[in-house]
Amino acid sequence: MSAFVAVLARDLRLGLRHGADLAMVVIFFVLAALLFPFGVGPEANLLARIAAGVVWVTALLAAMLSLDRLFHADYEDGSLDQLALSPAPLAVIVLAKATAHWLTTGLPLIAVAPALGLMLRLDPAGFAPLLLAMLVGTPCLSLFGAIGAALTLGARRGGALVALVVLPLVLPVLIFGVGAVEAEVTGLGAQPHLLVLGALLAAALPLAPLAAALALRQALESA
Amino acid sequence: MHRFANPARFLRIITAILPWSAGASAALLPLGLYFALIGSPPDYQQGDSVRIMYVHVPAAWMALAVYSVMAASGAVALVWRHPVAELVAQAAAPIGAVFTAMCLITGSLWGQPMWGTWWVWDARLTSVLVLLFLYLGYIALVNAFDDPTRGARAGAVLALVGLVNLPIIKFSVDWWNTLHQPASVARLGGPSIDPQMLLPLFTMAGGFAAFFVTVLILRVRAELLRRKLRVLRLAQAQG
Amino acid sequence: MAKTDLDRGRHKLNQRSDPRQSFDSGSFAGAGLACVRGDRLLFRGLGFVVKPGDALVLTGPNGSGKSSLLRLMAGLLAPAAGHLTWAGRPVEANREAQRGRVRWLGHLDAVKPTLTVRETLALHGRLHGAGADPAAALDDALGALGIGALADTPGRQLSAGQRRRVALARLLVAPAPLWLLDEPTVGLDDAGFAAFGAVAAAHRAAGGAIVAATHSDLGLGDARRLTLADFAPSAAELEAAA
Repeated sequence: MSAFVAVLARDLRLGLRHGADLAMVVIFFVLAALLFPFGVGPEANLLARIAAGVVWVTALLAAMLSLDRLFHADYEDGSLDQLALSPAPLAVIVLAKATAHWLTTGLPLIAVAPALGLMLRLDPAGFAPLLLAMLVGTPCLSLFGAIGAALTLGARRGGALVALVVLPLVLPVLIFGVGAVEAEVTGLGAQPHLLVLGALLAAALPLAPLAAALALRQALESA
Repeated sequence: MHRFANPARFLRIITAILPWSAGASAALLPLGLYFALIGSPPDYQQGDSVRIMYVHVPAAWMALAVYSVMAASGAVALVWRHPVAELVAQAAAPIGAVFTAMCLITGSLWGQPMWGTWWVWDARLTSVLVLLFLYLGYIALVNAFDDPTRGARAGAVLALVGLVNLPIIKFSVDWWNTLHQPASVARLGGPSIDPQMLLPLFTMAGGFAAFFVTVLILRVRAELLRRKLRVLRLAQAQG
Repeated sequence: MAKTDLDRGRHKLNQRSDPRQSFDSGSFAGAGLACVRGDRLLFRGLGFVVKPGDALVLTGPNGSGKSSLLRLMAGLLAPAAGHLTWAGRPVEANREAQRGRVRWLGHLDAVKPTLTVRETLALHGRLHGAGADPAAALDDALGALGIGALADTPGRQLSAGQRRRVALARLLVAPAPLWLLDEPTVGLDDAGFAAFGAVAAAHRAAGGAIVAATHSDLGLGDARRLTLADFAPSAAELEAAA
């Protein structure tokens, strides 16, 4: 537990001191989402129809963009060796780092999502389910992202590879995240979608750190 | 070195299997094609275009089966650190990806006469599309490292994670599909299949499986020899 | 200024050396170890014993597997054959306990550009469960390596030698019986080299052990040597294995 807190505090501190990197991810998110009105035209009905999907897809891409921060710097400068040699289980350290990643990426994305919803003419009924779904869904992105980031450590082409590995795995998050908003707007209720997202998170919370820890050990073996 | 003693035995075993699997695919594939194209009746609704199914459906089966083979050998590689299992998983992936692509292309060809369009976001086709991306991600990951063993091990973890995820993806795609599409669209290879169609279907499936085993053996053998060559070169460089 | 700082640190270390560390440690041993990197067999049939107070220096040409052997001892790398024991018990039996007994100094310093020296070392102390007074242990460690004045300096402002000293200070923040050091004195000036000699001697005097890979003389006095070239496979062996 103390190892979890120690690593979480360290990664948060590191993240905040590299504030420009965090801002870049959020700006990318906003920019990519606001390209859509230019791509499909500013017609209100059309935008309202695709708003939830656009927000989710661009959030997914922004999260992918931030994943190389998760382990890469620690791998390059030897910190990962030190972390892996601490008595705490590596999965706990992975969980702490994924939590810090979510707090410094997922939360800021959620914070600006309502503004994007407004500009994309999202139905007023859709805001609450969008935020709830992102609150449950974006931690899944950090957890699955941790697996992808660990697997690709030391690879020749990092950036695009992580996205290629992780995006198919997080497709369910996208489907149920968008589904929650659409169901609420059409009067069906978002609850089933949110419950499925919650189940995904509940499964990923213990399993993804284990898989990522396994991948990290492999990466350290060939360091 | 003890780790390389085992592959020698493995090499002998697969070399013994090779003529049988090659013979089986040489016999079953033409036979299956005959049944599919000539020896079976056209569908009362779809006419001759139903014959695409005899390639499409076995390819879909193989796409899933090869992924399971990949994940299973990945698990063996992780648990027992068996280098041959890593090789099998690695060698199977491109074959599986080709079966998956074949399933998608035949599905698209079948969609044209049935629905009048080359692509329909049908639940099954969409799931197979995601499966193709899982294959491509695996292949990209395995080949992204300078150290080949690192790539193979990372691939093993990814294949396992993918296998756990596959039912969830299938479930979510089905859910997505029912939300967005009227249920009246006919499904590819629906549940009611005439017994007359089963013979060509299973013959083709058997042919595909034998073909898979043959190509897998050839690829694994080539990779084992390539590794041996690398080790010999290193030995010479050091001696 | 660095000099006086250093002297103060050494003085403190001498004062406190006995009550702080006395490891009730067994010997660390390996037998029949083999290491494969990629397709390459680096060494085989390698054995060693390290007893409390020992220093073992690994030597050998580039690529002979010194760093790999250290990683293998640390548990970062699994041996292709052979096994490691601590006090006669296999280390795989309790990986977490083994990680608690080992301190690692790789060829990388693991110093973050945006974290101060104190923050870097404090995290290490927390992860390894530093003793009753972690702040004092940290100040002592800084003093012993002569970097007390740099405590609140962020990593990016440190020179290569100063970063190396921070990495060495990590060994002292949370005491443990076995130090595994990969080229510990790279980049150190004379004062740094002397500081390393002092902390290494104090560690051994308290019953700790050191295994170090190096090309240069570490000034470890009576250290034993393990030459990795002795365990390299012959070309004939490699060909036979293929």
